[in-house]
Amino acid sequence: MNNVKMNNSSVPLLEVKNISKSFENVLALKNINFKIGENEIVGLIGDNGAGKSTLIKILSGVFGPDTGGIYWKGFLQKNYSVTKAKENGITTVFQDRALTDQHSIWRNIFMGREITNFLGLVNIRMEKDESLKLMKVKMKFTSKFITPDTIIGNLSGGERQGVAISRALYFDSNLIILDEPTAGLSLVETEKVLNFVKDIKSCGKSCIFITHNLFHVYPVVERIVIIDRGEIACSYEKSKISIEELENRMQEICRIK
Amino acid sequence: MNKILFRNKIRQIKIELGVSIALIVLMSVFIIANPRVFLDYRVYVSVFTVLPSLIILTASIVFVIASGEIDLSFPSTIGMSAWFFSMIAAIGTNMIFGFIAALAIGAFIGFINGIIVTKLKLSSLVSTLGMLFLLRGLIHIVMKSNQISLLNLRDSLFFKIFTYKINGIFPVQMLWAIFIVIFLWVLFYKHKFGSYVMYVGDNLISAKEMGINVDWVKIKTFMLLGIFAGFCGVLSAIINAYLWPTTGEGYLLLVLAAVFLGGTPTWGGIGTIYGAAIGAIMMGFIETGIVGAGLTGYYTQFFYGLIIILSLICHRIAGLKKKY
Repeated sequence: MNNVKMNNSSVPLLEVKNISKSFENVLALKNINFKIGENEIVGLIGDNGAGKSTLIKILSGVFGPDTGGIYWKGFLQKNYSVTKAKENGITTVFQDRALTDQHSIWRNIFMGREITNFLGLVNIRMEKDESLKLMKVKMKFTSKFITPDTIIGNLSGGERQGVAISRALYFDSNLIILDEPTAGLSLVETEKVLNFVKDIKSCGKSCIFITHNLFHVYPVVERIVIIDRGEIACSYEKSKISIEELENRMQEICRIK
Repeated sequence: MNKILFRNKIRQIKIELGVSIALIVLMSVFIIANPRVFLDYRVYVSVFTVLPSLIILTASIVFVIASGEIDLSFPSTIGMSAWFFSMIAAIGTNMIFGFIAALAIGAFIGFINGIIVTKLKLSSLVSTLGMLFLLRGLIHIVMKSNQISLLNLRDSLFFKIFTYKINGIFPVQMLWAIFIVIFLWVLFYKHKFGSYVMYVGDNLISAKEMGINVDWVKIKTFMLLGIFAGFCGVLSAIINAYLWPTTGEGYLLLVLAAVFLGGTPTWGGIGTIYGAAIGAIMMGFIETGIVGAGLTGYYTQFFYGLIIILSLICHRIAGLKKKY
């Protein structure tokens, strides 16, 4: 892990050291060391229940770790929280998409980040206009039946993913964490998501791509980290390992213990 | 394209449209049943005198229900605030001070409710039911079935602000209710806080992941209801110019019926302030309407029940369902 070369700078963008986390006597993460450099795309792969979701919830401030420290650009983060992560420019697209089913697209895009005036009143017109722009340019929603007022509960899985990802891109993030972005999507929709990840790279941003499907993550990432039963099992530069070797390696890891 | 926009618009105000039609139908039935009473302004004056508290409470409980919780303790909060206000007013202190104290005690009770629900993770249904009995018990213990008379303060300016009749007809407290409903409407639909309430009620985890302080939002909804229950406590003490230990009792089921009648669903996430106000007006007129229609007061509860069930069936048919 330590000898992995960082891409652009010697100081990683985000780093966690010796992170452990347990839930009611179940140890979800054991001594995790993980880092991501600037403009780097990292694939985080692991089986169901390996601890991927717990790790990214710690990275995005939803849970605090039991032990260990979180470093942003080399500085230790104290009282790390969702707000703090957001200030740093970390945006997470969670597995459950973090959407509210009974509300419109424009409300969901600006959830928790409303455009308000000094009284706290929401500028609804501006939020709707921005949403419409975002939907045309980023999400490429062409159906005229979908407007910013459309209720999220009426959208398909891919469209919901589109809303969640475009929301992340709108709020100019430094690091975008995608938690299982391709789960339950058709081939065409998966392709769209992978194109989005390539967009992140070309914009100069970093991305952590979490999945249990090696074939989704391999074409777009630069480094692959395999996590197993709460521990980092191994980490590879993509240039140094072929997909076949990686697949064998993953199967080995899963069989041990 | 315009047709789609129009259809979307209709879909958005479907609930509001439904309750408005229900109110018109209800009033039409009453007018047909007894035109002599219901085409006379005096019946409206008498209903408008008691209606404001019901409207204010119904509109403010929408926030609690939309955040996915329930508060049953507000009738006792009304009693508690009314008692504080009357105590302070009766000993001759400035009544503005009493008014502020009443609102503060309401906010405090709401805060306690919120802490119990969010930090101790008790069910709001059970814990606020406990609070309902606890506070009412407290009032009975300290007042010992005594009453406080405020009759000698009837001519003071402060009383006039809440009980003046414009042109000798229109009760000014109805204007207060209208102002508060408009305020709550803006807070719910146009303010950040209202949006947060809806997100928290719709999907607690999503709201948390987007950085909303969900516990604090819930505590604030309880405090909001507490403050307006305090306001209603003062209003009730002033209108009656008398304080009984039972002040506020009897609002519980009326308010809950009115809010669900108004189209706010039970599962949280969405709500309607306009619908709540209309629901409260309907509940206020049902009793008068039934008596006015020539039936005895024995029929009131039967018709309350009938109208509630019928309107909930209408909401269901109109497509208000858990997942869209």
